[in-house]
Amino acid sequence: MILMDINDLRGIHTVLVLLVFLGIVWWAYSAHRKKANDEAAHLPFDDDEIDRRTLEKEKTEKKQ
Amino acid sequence: MSTVNPNLTYNYKVVRQFAIMTVVWGIIGMSLGVLIAAQLVWPAVNLDLPFTHFGRLRPLHTNAVIFGFGGSALFATSYYVVQRTCQARLFSDGLAQFTFWGWQAVMVAAVITLPMGFTSTKEYAELEWPIDILITVVWIAYGTVFFGTITKRKAPHIYVANWFYGAFIITIAMLHIGNNLAIPVTAFKSYSIYSGVTDAMIQWWWGHNAVGFFLTAGFLGMMYYFVPKQAGRPVYSYRLSIVHFWALIATYVWAGAHHLHYSALPDWAQTAGMVMSLILLAPSWGGMINGMMTLSGAWHKLRTDPILRFLVVSLSFYGMSTFEGPMMAIKTVNALSHNTDWTIGHVHSGALGWVAMISIGAIYHLIPKLWGVREMYSVALINVHFWLATIGTVLYIVSMWVNGIMQGLMWRAVNDDGTLTYSFVESLEASYPGYFVRFLGGAIFLSGMLVMAYNVRMTIRQKDAVALDNSAAQAA
Repeated sequence: MILMDINDLRGIHTVLVLLVFLGIVWWAYSAHRKKANDEAAHLPFDDDEIDRRTLEKEKTEKKQ
Repeated sequence: MSTVNPNLTYNYKVVRQFAIMTVVWGIIGMSLGVLIAAQLVWPAVNLDLPFTHFGRLRPLHTNAVIFGFGGSALFATSYYVVQRTCQARLFSDGLAQFTFWGWQAVMVAAVITLPMGFTSTKEYAELEWPIDILITVVWIAYGTVFFGTITKRKAPHIYVANWFYGAFIITIAMLHIGNNLAIPVTAFKSYSIYSGVTDAMIQWWWGHNAVGFFLTAGFLGMMYYFVPKQAGRPVYSYRLSIVHFWALIATYVWAGAHHLHYSALPDWAQTAGMVMSLILLAPSWGGMINGMMTLSGAWHKLRTDPILRFLVVSLSFYGMSTFEGPMMAIKTVNALSHNTDWTIGHVHSGALGWVAMISIGAIYHLIPKLWGVREMYSVALINVHFWLATIGTVLYIVSMWVNGIMQGLMWRAVNDDGTLTYSFVESLEASYPGYFVRFLGGAIFLSGMLVMAYNVRMTIRQKDAVALDNSAAQAA
């Protein structure tokens, strides 16, 4: 007796993928992620010092 | 941050090299595009030579704009963004230099071999096997530099732009190797290991994801850094960006079958491709809205900042073409649009409107920063470029919409007795006005790139003068 065929597997797979997606949404939007998300969102604005140092160092290297 | 090494500097050299080559390949690739557009209006422009024939120059145009222009923009911005958001220098300066010269070698090889007629005939993967191997080597070096830099990061988080760049690098490696598996028979001739409809499906698995990962995911990485940076505020919703990322990369790889509607491909595979294409609308628009809304409260900046205008208008075109794409993937719509100029219009609304405009905006943002000057030589000229690019794109896509729908309707028109109403050549004759407008639009877009080249040149020259000013001020 065949209990399952490949199409049952496909159906289960679809449901699992949907659950994973909903899990990602739940995780991304959960309250305890808020601080981490805010920190990450601010990363493009945190490194001006290294940028300035790079340009200054290149300028002095060129003069020598 | 106190934990950061006080001597840490970034590698801007390789970013500068790729930024310059973005402009150079942009001009070369778009000039070729204008040339072949002219050939469709005035066939004599092909000069009756094999090397200048449409069939050989068209793949050179697509390779030069996608991999030369787009590729250089992606290398430049990804190396810049990964360093700045990880607060780490590139993993290896030497390897980064190798990717620059290796990638330029690939492009020069394309310029030589494609007009000579060496081609594997796979769309967007025409280069023959020795060049494919070189691409693979350069790409592995690229991945090593990029992910190596991420492992050196100072912050615990990996900024969302790097997720998109990372997905682009990994997926393109997989697709490039998968699609180009071939048996070489001579130094410049090989045969695909796949045959028949399998070969077609593998080709469009690659072809559509060249769009999805090369021309979308990579440029979304660009969007997530340069839009917030230019607007001076963090991205609208970071958590939406996480959902955007996973939804987009999980969906795109399944959509390629929509290139093979009504072909020998099994019907279920065509339908799967269509459904996944429709689902793609959601992540695409989620990302577009996230980029757009980053400007909420800063809309007034659009009035004075043409760089921001480039970035935002690119997002509008992105939204437009990612609505058009799923619509064209619907089988019944595709029955009208397939093989017509509508497809060409759709591609260019993405390529000119989205990919080129966001790259141009990012390069205008980058050039002054990389050469240590306050802003571009002429902001007015950026504005001129913005209008040339916008008008050029609109002329291009509108003419192709008109041509495409007209061709589709003419080809399917039948008389009462079942015979075709129009011969093919009648639809070709009717397409000439559209071909001319397309040529005009392309030429206008190209002229904007020449304005850009001048502005970039003057900005870099201006840098020496400014540097002198600064040293005088320091001495005093």
